[in-house]
Amino acid sequence: MSKEKFDYFIKGEKGKYEVVIGLEVHAQVLSKSKLFSGSSTKFGANPNNQVSLIDSAFPGMLPVINEECVKQAVRTGLGLNAKINNYSVFDRKNYFYADLPQGYQISQYKNPIVGEGKVLLDMPYGPKEIGIERLHLEQDAGKSIHDMDPSNTYVDLNRSGIALMEIVSKPDLRSPDEVNAYIKKLRSIMRYLGTCDGNMQEGSLRADVNVSVRKEGDTNFGTRCEIKNVNSIKFMQMAIEYEAARQVELIENGKKIDQETRLFDTKKNETRSMRSKEDAHDYRYFPDPDLLPLKLEQKLIDDLKKSLPELPDKKKERFVKEYGLNTYEANVLVSEKEISDYYEEVAKLSDKKLAATWMMGDLFAMLNDRGLDISKSPISAKHFAELVQAIKSGEISGRIAKEVFEIMVESGDNPKKIIESKGMKQQSDPKELEKMINEILSKNKDKVDQYKAGKEKLFGFFVGQVMKLSGGKANPQLTNEILKKLLKG
Amino acid sequence: MADITNQSLNEIIENVKTKKVSSSELTKAYIKNIEGAKKLNAFVTTTFDLALDKSKKFDNKPNFDQLLPGIPLAVKDLFCTENTKTTAGSNILNNFIPSYESTVTKNLWDNGSFLLGKLNCDEFAMGSSNETSYYGNVINPVGDQLVPGGSSGGSSSALAADLTPATIGTDTGGSIRQPASFTGTVGLKPTYGLCSRWGIVAFASSLDQAGPMTKTIKDCAIMLEAMSGFDEKDSTSINKKKEQYSKNLKDNIKGLKIGIPKEYRVDNMPKEVDVLWEKGKKILKDLGAQLIDISLPHTKYALPTYYIVAPAEASSNLARYDGVRYGYRSKQGKDLIEMYEKTRSEGFGDEVKRRILIGTYVLSSGYYDAYYLKAQKVRQLIKKDFDDSFKNIDAILTPSTPSSAFKIGEKKNDPVSMYLNDIFTVPVNLAGLPALSMPAGVDNKGQPLGLQLIGKALDEQKILNIGYAFEKNCGFKNEIKKWWS
Repeated sequence: MSKEKFDYFIKGEKGKYEVVIGLEVHAQVLSKSKLFSGSSTKFGANPNNQVSLIDSAFPGMLPVINEECVKQAVRTGLGLNAKINNYSVFDRKNYFYADLPQGYQISQYKNPIVGEGKVLLDMPYGPKEIGIERLHLEQDAGKSIHDMDPSNTYVDLNRSGIALMEIVSKPDLRSPDEVNAYIKKLRSIMRYLGTCDGNMQEGSLRADVNVSVRKEGDTNFGTRCEIKNVNSIKFMQMAIEYEAARQVELIENGKKIDQETRLFDTKKNETRSMRSKEDAHDYRYFPDPDLLPLKLEQKLIDDLKKSLPELPDKKKERFVKEYGLNTYEANVLVSEKEISDYYEEVAKLSDKKLAATWMMGDLFAMLNDRGLDISKSPISAKHFAELVQAIKSGEISGRIAKEVFEIMVESGDNPKKIIESKGMKQQSDPKELEKMINEILSKNKDKVDQYKAGKEKLFGFFVGQVMKLSGGKANPQLTNEILKKLLKG
Repeated sequence: MADITNQSLNEIIENVKTKKVSSSELTKAYIKNIEGAKKLNAFVTTTFDLALDKSKKFDNKPNFDQLLPGIPLAVKDLFCTENTKTTAGSNILNNFIPSYESTVTKNLWDNGSFLLGKLNCDEFAMGSSNETSYYGNVINPVGDQLVPGGSSGGSSSALAADLTPATIGTDTGGSIRQPASFTGTVGLKPTYGLCSRWGIVAFASSLDQAGPMTKTIKDCAIMLEAMSGFDEKDSTSINKKKEQYSKNLKDNIKGLKIGIPKEYRVDNMPKEVDVLWEKGKKILKDLGAQLIDISLPHTKYALPTYYIVAPAEASSNLARYDGVRYGYRSKQGKDLIEMYEKTRSEGFGDEVKRRILIGTYVLSSGYYDAYYLKAQKVRQLIKKDFDDSFKNIDAILTPSTPSSAFKIGEKKNDPVSMYLNDIFTVPVNLAGLPALSMPAGVDNKGQPLGLQLIGKALDEQKILNIGYAFEKNCGFKNEIKKWWS
């Protein structure tokens, strides 16, 4: 792989600036019910149809921890190579808002369930490790809908109380590309673990982005701004670019950066001040007296560790070793668990290297065109493997394979049936081919003479004629060999 | 039969079981008493139709094996009751009708009783005189100028006036024991976690505990047995086997060691309280118990600690009353913030606002360590004082309150003097221990006074036994003339 050099700096009048980024990712825990109540977490229900008395904070209602959510957080922590804390505490974060029924969010403040960990990124300039500061469990808030009525705000509490994992990175990210890779890696790990579906459209994965800048070579951090609640990688990248440029401009003009919370306006592509440090909420955190501290038995943690699936980093290593793929191919094929599963099924039944090439080429292009996940692929892994084997064995040429592939997509038929019924089998009988080639050569005596006189470019013309006559089915390799032999003669 | 209500719960249960009185007759008698006692203002809501209906159903198909067969009960208006308005003594819940039943009241109903009405209390259980209720102050049957104590003042008043055969209250800093002391009745605050908090309007979650209020110790044992029990819906509920407190009640206390803490002799305590305490010690000693002087050195920090911890939790617990989903909402207010401000200004009374402000202050950044965190540390020390003492003793005897019932209005504008009323009861809540207040005598005005028995965690049976023995030998009789009817 070509080693590029890291080169993301903001160029100012007075020098180059490095951008320092830290992310607080909010990942919705994959669980049937909410963090402290039995209400369903299913996406897309009618407003306020998945709300219990606890979620809507009726008098006298008490939270009871959902053990599955705790396990999911531990699994995620293990997936991030992080320290799992046997003792953690749920705190109340107090503030008023119409979609926060309790008047506080139950979160973890001083004692989170997961401590420090790390995530490995594959960047074009080499591997890069991103530190994880912590992961804690907390409740999601409801949703305020301001645009349904000119004078009223509507509140939907379906989301209220759903478990979130807040994953806080260290300020180790240095460019929008690294942010992209980091989010994708987190998402991939959580999807492998089955702890978060990573669906950004449905809001299952959102992030607060902390950005600061400093002169290249400086070791102290600059003053940071926090951009709240950005819900797509593209918007994160745009927000970082805008924000870094804004901060550099302030510095270059001799102005100070205020530590503040900002919003990213996706329509205007700019960040805007939401509240300054002075107006920052005083959340009055204190341990929730309705809940006992969360104590985890080491055995539970060990058992969860044993039951973890193979994660992308490990799988990548194995793909390189076992299937002879290069790191780029392995990286792509392990990025999603479903893709790696598909690949392994194909690789079991066909040529491993050729399977990777065809998957990453035609199959991905087709899925992409149709906006399909691999789990919805119109071609099953078994059929795809048969196609790869047909190419490998020389039964069909690559060109014909593309046609077979198209028919497979439309019909769902297996490639053998298509090749046979359409007579697409490659002509690989040397006698038949020789007969065909002799016929062409005798019809084009003038061209043969010209070729023999040194016009070697004409070789392509003969190949074309063979293909034309065979309906594209002539084995190209054999055709080349026989043509050369006969033209010499 | 003369008066079927002027008896203990235990006697009434016997009368029902032996068919001397039917559940309907009993219910009608209480309804009559309640209708004649409006002056006391003990009830916020009555549920006579429901009670009559349930009593008839019981009489048609009686089950005498239950703990509370066909017994009508009024309960503090802090317990959420299904389809019956639950106000917590506040304007902000003036129109609130729960769709659910608190675990504790459900336990009572499951044992054969039914609801007679909801009893007045200090707003959100914040008060020691029942004067902070939005529904007016409650009068002590002991005297028409006297407070019934608080916050379970409606409960103590109704019980002493024969408006309910027994009742339940909640105790965060003394809200069961102090009103019991003021009305010559028995009140028990169980070990934290013995009774479920599910469905009880929360004041201070780490201190709140429901408990029985009754005329006798035996009644107290019956009620505790009926209302307590593990509840998976309350994460702080203790998972243990249910006990049969009434069946196991014994009056032999020979050899038990009773601790007498020197720190409970406070300045300016009326002489009668001291005399009463001495009387109590003598009775227990005569019954064969051994008195042991003990020290609980951090007692003096209990009240300030309580008035940091309780308001802190309250400020957060009461944030949900915002006018958005249920309860009172101000009609004014141009935007969300203004709606909050008006709703909470109009919905809460002064004492509640005072505690929300104190609680918000002590949790604020910059003050948290100095107040809340320090209070939590002191709380541990107070608990340790008790733990250390209980290595050598079985129970602790103290006065319940520093005085008998005071006059209505006397302390209303002096919150600190009002808070001082909880001085003997508050340490127990901070330590999560069980404590019983039992009537022990009267002061020179003839007003009842109580003594407090504090037990080890989950040692309810032992303090009930001591109380049972004490009661038999104390000779106290609650002389309440029904001046209001």
